[in-house]
Amino acid sequence: MATKPDFQDRIATILTRVGLTRNSYRVTPGLYGVGTPDQDSPVLVTANYKLSFDTLRFALDGIDAWILVADTRGINVWCAAGKGTFSSEEIINSVKETRLAERVTHHRLIVPQLGATGVSGLHVKKQSGFSVRFGPVRASDLRPYLQDNYQADESMRSVTFKLQERLVLIPVEFYLVWKPLAYICVGAFLLSGISPSLFSISAAWQRGLFAVAATLTGTLCGSIIVPIMLPWLPGRHFWLKGLWPALLSGILFVLLTLKQFSPYEQMALVFWMTAVSSFQAMNFTGCTPYTSPSGVEYEMRRGIGVQMTLAALGIVLWLVAPFIG
Amino acid sequence: MKNFRYIPNTATLSLDVNTCIGCGNCQIVCPHRILTVVEQKANIVDSDGCMECGACAKNCPVEAITVTPGVGCAAAIISQWINRITGRETIKGCC
Repeated sequence: MATKPDFQDRIATILTRVGLTRNSYRVTPGLYGVGTPDQDSPVLVTANYKLSFDTLRFALDGIDAWILVADTRGINVWCAAGKGTFSSEEIINSVKETRLAERVTHHRLIVPQLGATGVSGLHVKKQSGFSVRFGPVRASDLRPYLQDNYQADESMRSVTFKLQERLVLIPVEFYLVWKPLAYICVGAFLLSGISPSLFSISAAWQRGLFAVAATLTGTLCGSIIVPIMLPWLPGRHFWLKGLWPALLSGILFVLLTLKQFSPYEQMALVFWMTAVSSFQAMNFTGCTPYTSPSGVEYEMRRGIGVQMTLAALGIVLWLVAPFIG
Repeated sequence: MKNFRYIPNTATLSLDVNTCIGCGNCQIVCPHRILTVVEQKANIVDSDGCMECGACAKNCPVEAITVTPGVGCAAAIISQWINRITGRETIKGCC
């Protein structure tokens, strides 16, 4: 296998990050080689998500090694380990199906540390005869790890969540919500037209645009500003973190529309965008490497009530405003 | 992960020191470095740093560590709630 990305790899990576090909970007499970591996070369285990596979092979430029690709149905190592597809059983099967014992004499597997959630080294050893060494978290640390006789220091064993790592997750956030967003926008136009004269098309259009703008602003706040500003936004609960950027946008919005809108309508739009932002921020928990399920459930029990109240207040105020304004 | 802290006192991680044999597997696999082995016994040095991934428990040879593992994802929890109420299987998390 090549250890440098070609043009096709780069384009396909972008499409996958955006979300279009995310669920079908796979490689065939099995045994691959980089460089000219022999019976003494290390065996590195990975998932059959092509982004994972590519990250691994590009990190091995100039190294002779085997890559054992487990069938995780196109999901990355950590998520697959959490779901049980990157598992002891799957690795045991892969070792047997590829007849790995006939290729190498050392009987050692290097499994990514984040695979440990689904893989028991002891179980794999018992069933396959291959011992498991948990390698570094990131493939980019494999070179020093291999050179240093399979030693990983503390930094290689720690997950990080740097700005760059947060930025690459943003496009998918949008891809996942475009459908509900489209429905909400249609609903926003319809609700905005309800007026004392039953239904006003001009109001539907004019007020609807602002309702849609508020929805999009909330989404932008929750899915772009929150990921970028994550370490600096006040509050540990994500639904709280989502409130601040939307409230700031809301204040700006109120100042800009003082003449156009009644206070009821302004309040309605601010409440609505804050609810949307808070909800989107809460959904970002799934993308971070430090939120525990107990913690997420704990914050959701508090956050969802607030979000629903804000959203309901927003909708009611928006609906009654034409009648009392 | 010192610059990202989540909600304190929620993690379900616990360690039975009497059962622990000090093999150090948990210390190797923990992605948040919250377990260390001192004098043949593991210690939880930062339980609020735990994200309940379950890697330590999975690789403990004597089952001294217990944790309710899962993915810390709002979408997954919403789908669990829906499943509990309606019995229908919706999305299975986001990744």
